[in-house]
Amino acid sequence: MSSSREQIFANIRRGLKRDALQGDALKAVQGRLKEHPSNTIPARSKLPHNEQIQLFIEMVAEASAELIKLDNSSEFPFAVNKFLGENKLTHLVSANSAELSQLDWSVLRDITIERRPAQAGDLVSLTSSFAGIAETGTLMLLSGADSPTTLNFLPDIHLVMLRQSNIVGAYEEAWDKLRSQRAEMPRTVNMITGPSRSADIEQKLQMGAHGPKRLVIFLVAE
Amino acid sequence: MQINSPDFKNSSKKALDNPGLQKALGNLRNGFPVKRANAVQRMPEFELLRNEGRDIKNHVIANLDFYLEEFETNVTKNGGNVHWACDAEDARKAILDICQKANAKTVTKGKSMVSEEINLNEYLESNGVQPVETDLGEYILQLREDHPSHIIAPAIHLNLDDVSSIFSEKHGTPHTSDPAALMQEAREVLRDKFVAADVGITGANFCVAETGSTIIVTNEGNGDLTQTLPRVHIVITTIDKVVPTLEDMSLFLRLLARSATGQEFTVYNTLSTGPRRENDADGPEEYHVVLLDNGRSEMIGTQFQDMLRCIRCSACMNHCPVYGAVGGHAYGWVYPGPMGSVLTPKLIGIEKSGHLPNASTFCGKCESVCPVHIPLPKMMRHWREKEFEKHLSPKGFRFGIGTWAYFAKRPALYRWLARASAFSLKLMGGKSRRIRSLPLKNGWTAWRDLPAPEGGTFMDQWKKNQSTETSPSHPDNKCRS
Repeated sequence: MSSSREQIFANIRRGLKRDALQGDALKAVQGRLKEHPSNTIPARSKLPHNEQIQLFIEMVAEASAELIKLDNSSEFPFAVNKFLGENKLTHLVSANSAELSQLDWSVLRDITIERRPAQAGDLVSLTSSFAGIAETGTLMLLSGADSPTTLNFLPDIHLVMLRQSNIVGAYEEAWDKLRSQRAEMPRTVNMITGPSRSADIEQKLQMGAHGPKRLVIFLVAE
Repeated sequence: MQINSPDFKNSSKKALDNPGLQKALGNLRNGFPVKRANAVQRMPEFELLRNEGRDIKNHVIANLDFYLEEFETNVTKNGGNVHWACDAEDARKAILDICQKANAKTVTKGKSMVSEEINLNEYLESNGVQPVETDLGEYILQLREDHPSHIIAPAIHLNLDDVSSIFSEKHGTPHTSDPAALMQEAREVLRDKFVAADVGITGANFCVAETGSTIIVTNEGNGDLTQTLPRVHIVITTIDKVVPTLEDMSLFLRLLARSATGQEFTVYNTLSTGPRRENDADGPEEYHVVLLDNGRSEMIGTQFQDMLRCIRCSACMNHCPVYGAVGGHAYGWVYPGPMGSVLTPKLIGIEKSGHLPNASTFCGKCESVCPVHIPLPKMMRHWREKEFEKHLSPKGFRFGIGTWAYFAKRPALYRWLARASAFSLKLMGGKSRRIRSLPLKNGWTAWRDLPAPEGGTFMDQWKKNQSTETSPSHPDNKCRS
């Protein structure tokens, strides 16, 4: 008796009326995979970089995420401190990415910071974003030793730092950026556009289903 | 899921007489189609993207063996496992086996129609593994021991009261008619389940051959918690979900969000590639992809091959007048609406599902909104032909078609009869020009009057118009130079 795998491949090839690909036909599909050509990229995001940033900001607002603009990264810990104070939060779980750890966090005097994966009950998390995609106001976050995926989903509020220089136009540009900076795919790539939501009850949209109820992006100019 | 498709006619009648369902379906008709139209309008390239989507899917089907092997190689290279399953039984066994090796007591589940197709929940339960649905809609249905009636909005047949009642009963909380409070309740109850689960099972919207990744698309974030927190992540999906590259996947994500919910982009698009890396702080230690065929490979090279392009967006059912009138449960199995009427006969047999391809007015709306141009009405016609060839259609129907064919083959007789019928119907209509009841036609006249014909037939009018066509056009219509 043949295995399921053999059976499935035999069926496919019978339907296609051919054996396994060989020669030029094989080279053609291998070539396409290697070159990974782009399909049509919508004109919307084909803009000078400063206009892409503007588009990103508009699309983020449309996706119901919040955005705070900062002139440079040294302001970021102060902005986080202010946000936590205003929201009466005293405990922060944070990623430990190079972008975050190089900043001076001593300003968060009254806050307990833990650098670890998220747990049930954590109220607010802090991560940094690999890219921002202007087309739809989407963040791209990568899993890794210093950036646990659970931080993006378990806490009620998700704070994200994004540098303006990491904003690209379309998804395809983000994949190029990923391919050029990483030797392999991380376990998880999260493309996040706004906070969690559901319309499963009577098709009425409610914010904050299972993921964060608020997504706050700190956009850093330098 | 139990097959109730043979009972389509009765189920439809009940659905039409069910005021709660009719109210719920009203939310659908006024929701998704409007949102889709707005999203499409904002994307001038949408038609171009649809054509490319169709072409890439055709390219994948023509090279499906290659892309599946490539996907398998890359999953394995990243430390994951691929399990091939010819049928539902193979897939269930593979999943149970992984769960048992992991000593799993509870598994959390992201939304997956393929898991419905293979009856996974019942099977796991009967083997001592407790599945917990985590998508809000699916969770509501699991509490009610109910099944999805829509492929992306599973609880669309329910109203707020239904949710409120079942939550109050099962959670022991007071009744509330605030949807936000109900969602918060589900969030809190499920939080513990996410953390306690030994295994997380999700579906996949696409499998990327280039990287060996699977992707899930959700708005709630439940799928992400399902696949990140437990020690083992199982993906249950089908062989038609493979796409070549991240670029191709991006094209389909653009099409999917707009065609499904009318969003610019779904909130969470999450790629999983293998298990957690050596130094990763979290994520599953094992990553399994169960690739199910269940009859799909046999569609290649047949008149149903184009159905393999489907990306499960639900636009066809959202725009279907039949689905909109009777809802998804009437179709009697996992996949409702036009895509279900084509796919179900292949998956469970035309003998049990012959009513489905007949449940269409052939208005063509489904094909016109399909993001990958699947000729759904044409394929429903193919099923009707097969049903007729196999002598499965009822006697009365066959007699009617036979009688019609007799006259259609004798045009002079047909025209004479048509003229005589039109004339007598005109007489019957009288001054009101409406017919209140007609022998053998009470299927129509029980619900509404039949407008009486004017007296002439189509052919008569055609001849008359042909003879006046040469009359000079109105002077205003002339181009001004």
